[in-house]
Amino acid sequence: MEKYLKGTEKREIFIKDEEDTNPDYGWKPEERPIEVYLKYVAINLDKPVGPSSHEIVAWLRRLLGIEKVAHAGTLEGC
Amino acid sequence: MSRAIKVLPVLLKEDKEYVCVMRLHGDVDDASLRKVVNMFKGPIYQRPPLRSAVKRALRVRRIYDIRILERDGRNVLLQVWCEAGTYMRKLCHDIGEILGVGAHMQELRRIRSGSLDEDHYLATLHDVVDAFFFWKEHKLEEPLRQSFIPVEYTIQHIPKVVIRDSAVDAICHGAPLTVPGILQVENGIKVRDTVAIMTLKGELVALGEAVMRSEQMLTAKKGIAVKTKAVIMEPGTYPSMWKKKKKSGAGAGI
Repeated sequence: MEKYLKGTEKREIFIKDEEDTNPDYGWKPEERPIEVYLKYVAINLDKPVGPSSHEIVAWLRRLLGIEKVAHAGTLEGC
Repeated sequence: MSRAIKVLPVLLKEDKEYVCVMRLHGDVDDASLRKVVNMFKGPIYQRPPLRSAVKRALRVRRIYDIRILERDGRNVLLQVWCEAGTYMRKLCHDIGEILGVGAHMQELRRIRSGSLDEDHYLATLHDVVDAFFFWKEHKLEEPLRQSFIPVEYTIQHIPKVVIRDSAVDAICHGAPLTVPGILQVENGIKVRDTVAIMTLKGELVALGEAVMRSEQMLTAKKGIAVKTKAVIMEPGTYPSMWKKKKKSGAGAGI
């Protein structure tokens, strides 16, 4: 039995034109310098039972000193 | 976080998978339970519960699939794959109503949301706190890079359009993506679909709404292919060819 109900989708990429990318600009996501890396991140959080998503976000904001923390979807009231 | 926050409106609309414990209030045989649970596959009506963040109007939500994982008397372990905005508490309640015995949701765990599931890149609060400490106090980056994942990992399931370096900065300033800027297109994109505009390095530049189908993006010579909706990449990350061109005329170098 597959763990997830949604199966894996196969998608194809079509090449319209070929070109190189200049290594002087941008980075592969994993290779961004840490200060840049942290601008483009998410956490796949294993939320503990108890505190609400809102409380976790407020707590992370304080901890990390980052204003722009938000969550994608709460379980409360579901 | 930070600039990545702009992907949220798209992530909130992603399909979800849950595992939940439904507690029946009376005795029901296996066959009836299975039959009623199966009735909830497909589109269902749901009124958001009293304590909810949205307007309490009756709305339709789609249950893509649902299965009974285990059963122990009145406790039923359900797995549900559904559209965003489906209330599991309500679903359990409604299953109980149809069964005629009543039921409520006892426990809930979301196991997948869009491309993020509980088997990949999952971090606990402890991981996050430790990683942050290691970085602050010991300049160790690795734990931080494990707990915090690139925003690109959250949009893996969204169809992609890969663009030229020279087209990137205009998009960062909110310009729509035109056909000449496109290098690669994923198949299956329909008009009005959400698409991710990517660089050749695999960076997310912006999220947008398709104005053309995949086939049109590949065959058209000009025209707007994607309307830019949310810019993720900071302007200035790539050089702004478009500004220079405007000032000194087409054909002027970088």
